[in-house]
Amino acid sequence: MSEHSNSAHAKSPLKMYFSIWAALLICTYITYKAAFIELGSFNAAVALGIATLKATLVALFFMHVWHASEKLTKLVVIAALFFLLLLLGLTMTDYATRPWS
Amino acid sequence: MPNPIPQPAMPQPAIAPPVERENYLNAKYGVWSWLLTTDHKRIALLYLLSITFFFFIGGFFALLIRLELLTPAGDLVQADTYNKLFTMHGMVMVFFFLIPSIPAVLGNFLVPMMIGAKDLAFPRINLLSWYLYIIGGVMMLHCMLTGGVDTGWTFYAPFSTNFTNTKIVEAGLAIFVAGFSSILTGLNFVVTIHRMRAPGMTWSRLPLFIWAHYATSIIQLLGTPVVAVTIVLVAAERALHLGIFDPKLGGDPLLFQHLFWFYSHPAVYIMILPSMGVVTEIIACFSRKRIFGYSFVAFSSIAIAVFGFLVWAHHMFVAGMSVYAALVFSLLSYAVAVPSAIKVFNWTATLYKGSIHYDAPMLYAFGFLGLFTIGGLTGLFLSALGINVHVTDTYFVVAHFHYIMVGGAVMGYLGGMHFWWPKISGKLYPEGWARLAALIVFIGFNLTFFPQFLLGYMGMPRRYYDYSHMPEFQILNVLSTAGATVLGVGYLLPMVYFLWSMRYGKPAPDNPWNAAGLEWKTPSPPPTFNFDEEPVVTWEAYNYDELDSPDKGAPHKEEVPVAR
Repeated sequence: MSEHSNSAHAKSPLKMYFSIWAALLICTYITYKAAFIELGSFNAAVALGIATLKATLVALFFMHVWHASEKLTKLVVIAALFFLLLLLGLTMTDYATRPWS
Repeated sequence: MPNPIPQPAMPQPAIAPPVERENYLNAKYGVWSWLLTTDHKRIALLYLLSITFFFFIGGFFALLIRLELLTPAGDLVQADTYNKLFTMHGMVMVFFFLIPSIPAVLGNFLVPMMIGAKDLAFPRINLLSWYLYIIGGVMMLHCMLTGGVDTGWTFYAPFSTNFTNTKIVEAGLAIFVAGFSSILTGLNFVVTIHRMRAPGMTWSRLPLFIWAHYATSIIQLLGTPVVAVTIVLVAAERALHLGIFDPKLGGDPLLFQHLFWFYSHPAVYIMILPSMGVVTEIIACFSRKRIFGYSFVAFSSIAIAVFGFLVWAHHMFVAGMSVYAALVFSLLSYAVAVPSAIKVFNWTATLYKGSIHYDAPMLYAFGFLGLFTIGGLTGLFLSALGINVHVTDTYFVVAHFHYIMVGGAVMGYLGGMHFWWPKISGKLYPEGWARLAALIVFIGFNLTFFPQFLLGYMGMPRRYYDYSHMPEFQILNVLSTAGATVLGVGYLLPMVYFLWSMRYGKPAPDNPWNAAGLEWKTPSPPPTFNFDEEPVVTWEAYNYDELDSPDKGAPHKEEVPVAR
């Protein structure tokens, strides 16, 4: 991780980190508020959507995936997403086809 | 520079008694030089000591299990104790022995050397991984001594979340911490293999041991976090009553099994893939041939790592999952047999018309070939829905996975320990004893586990401590217990003669097997930074035809430790 200090966010990393942090806090607050609005099954969808957004922010900025010059970093991110897809997709083959539920 | 001069730093006229050249073992002395080391070879030895300790703890539990099953009545231990025994046996053996075994010991020692690097990419993270392992191990020991766990190593919900009052959270945390040690090892290997190969060491010149460890690292990196999260969810549901697995709270108990097996099935490949890598090296060396179908063997490792993630639900066929999903998983489970079979056929083809030498490592490799094939083929029985339903939770399953994990992974581990012991310790082990031990392990293993196939097929369920309603099972159980004793002797022997050889063994030459591979081109034991100068690779992997050609000097047999 030490080799790409030349990337763009080196200009004002602190400012960037704090703004991401603020965005994460705002998202948390929205999650909290949204939990009290009756949306039926969409409550979970909204919460998961916000959580995904937050995870993306963390990966892109705190974990330096944005501006990553390493091909290996990209490879790892793509592989991780692919395996997450496998986990969710193949698990859904069970939940989506249970005849009794 | 295809063949660096073995010992360039030796004083030329030998008047004084031969001075031992500096190596990683004698570079520094004292406890702290070990506990704070960042040398991958020393960390490998730290791991070796720790996993051997846990191996014997897990083995002790296994012995108690086998003793209980010697008679049909439940007379040695209480039912509750028995539940804890097989649980702790599984947890210790899986998480504290098998998963770290080859990667953290042989992998740690050899990955940098085989690719011509000075160390792993992140030496301090490597040390951290050992400390995490030790912290997890101490937590596990504490959990054992204060009551243990009785869920089986699989932690199945809802028993683990709602019913048992044993130390679930403690054991879960121990495994959580040890899991991070495994992730860090995998991370280190991936980065090292990508970034630190010596000049000329292209991907297609990598030893297949490296390919196997690369595939293993992928699983460690991508799978382990899932089991970590699963354990956290169990703890959260136990402590905070979050509705994750409990239907009353809107959860689903099968979700636990999906999440758990998403890691824990590929975890089997964390155990077996490195072992396949070891066996590939050994077979090539003791057949004196380039491995047949190099790229097929290499990519089948990657294929196993990927396919391994597609088959987990075959552990759940009777759990109440959708039958349509079961069909899909059954089919995919057959698919994972293909890359495994590719390996077995390529090893066999390598042996064909090879100049085969029956040294101890090769005996272990032969053992691996037979036992892994039996384990793999019975895996196909279990992939088939119909048979799976019949033998689920019987001793058939127990026998199957022990053939893979003990017959496969441990055989490979022992073979590798013998093969690289001269490099690791700088001493030769006694070859005759080693061959005897290999034979004892093979016989003991089969005597222990083959009867369990029969028991399972006849319907003996696993995890029962009392089978007095079925006394006809006793004879096979007696055979199995007798076999376990033989197997125990077979495992104790190498420990004894390895320790013996460290003090009394003959000094090992740099390349006792006349093997290919960069790790043999450096002194035994290697210096702290592995190579006196950075190697440049100009040859293909497994160039045994070149090594054995007459103009390259010594034929294989002259340097081999024991006269035959």
